[in-house]
Amino acid sequence: MALIDLANPTRFLALAERLLPWLAGATAIAFAVGLHLTYGAPDDYQQGATVKIMFIHVPSAWLGMFAWGLMSVAALGTLVWRHPLADVAAKTAAPLGAAFTFLCLVTGSLWGRPMWGTYWVWDARLTSVLVLFIMYLGVIALWRTMDDPSRAARAAGILTLVGAINLPIIKWSVDWWNTLHQPASVVKLGGPAIHSTILVPLLVMALAFILLFLTLHLAAMRNEILRRRVRTLMLMQAQAAPGSGA
Amino acid sequence: MNWGPHAAFIGWAYGIALLVVAALIAWVALDHRVQRRQLAKLEQQGVTRRATPPREQTA
Repeated sequence: MALIDLANPTRFLALAERLLPWLAGATAIAFAVGLHLTYGAPDDYQQGATVKIMFIHVPSAWLGMFAWGLMSVAALGTLVWRHPLADVAAKTAAPLGAAFTFLCLVTGSLWGRPMWGTYWVWDARLTSVLVLFIMYLGVIALWRTMDDPSRAARAAGILTLVGAINLPIIKWSVDWWNTLHQPASVVKLGGPAIHSTILVPLLVMALAFILLFLTLHLAAMRNEILRRRVRTLMLMQAQAAPGSGA
Repeated sequence: MNWGPHAAFIGWAYGIALLVVAALIAWVALDHRVQRRQLAKLEQQGVTRRATPPREQTA
């Protein structure tokens, strides 16, 4: 099957039905291995057992940013190429991205209290991630304000592309400004600054979170295609009804 | 299992993560059931994308 064939929602649905059980199984296995490794990971010499929060905080943060990146690519697909599945992908990624960004903020807060002595500070990293979360809510709200999916897709696409400016700000906020948040320690020049006994569980948990995101996104895209079919059929039914003037 | 003096923070973090993930899975699964049910109901009423509209069928 060529990639262009996936532009056809029916073919995409068939592929999604075939892939979903495998993705769900791989997600469950990855989480089982990841949680096992997390349980056995040693305490950090400075942060003690609270380092275990990192195994969910960091993958959530990555996914929060990844989902917006995916929405930005999809927005280009909508605005430039008018790909039939691009706005489906963007619309369904928004609630998932919002959920993982929320999880990033909450787990970061719960990690910050014992380590920094506070749940929250208005520093560059925390504030820019909060802005990302608010932008997710804005995009979700925008999708809900318009009945016509293609009009909503264009408006949400423009907002998404404007909001993408926040992604490099989040990434490099710890380098550009003096923040309480620690600098990058995994994705950085010169390689990770974390010992392998903690890095390996973190990467396995990150893989589990990515697989979870892909599974949920594929399932949500399938649901959105079905929702649009239901909408089309209801419109046809309304037009065909006596007295509709159609 | 000894998470030291900050066990509550770790427990809350994992508990909330579990809740969020469970909520996402439930949302996707329930939404799928709702859409399938609505689609089946419409098809049962004879409304399909390639079907002749009901008014023409009775004409």
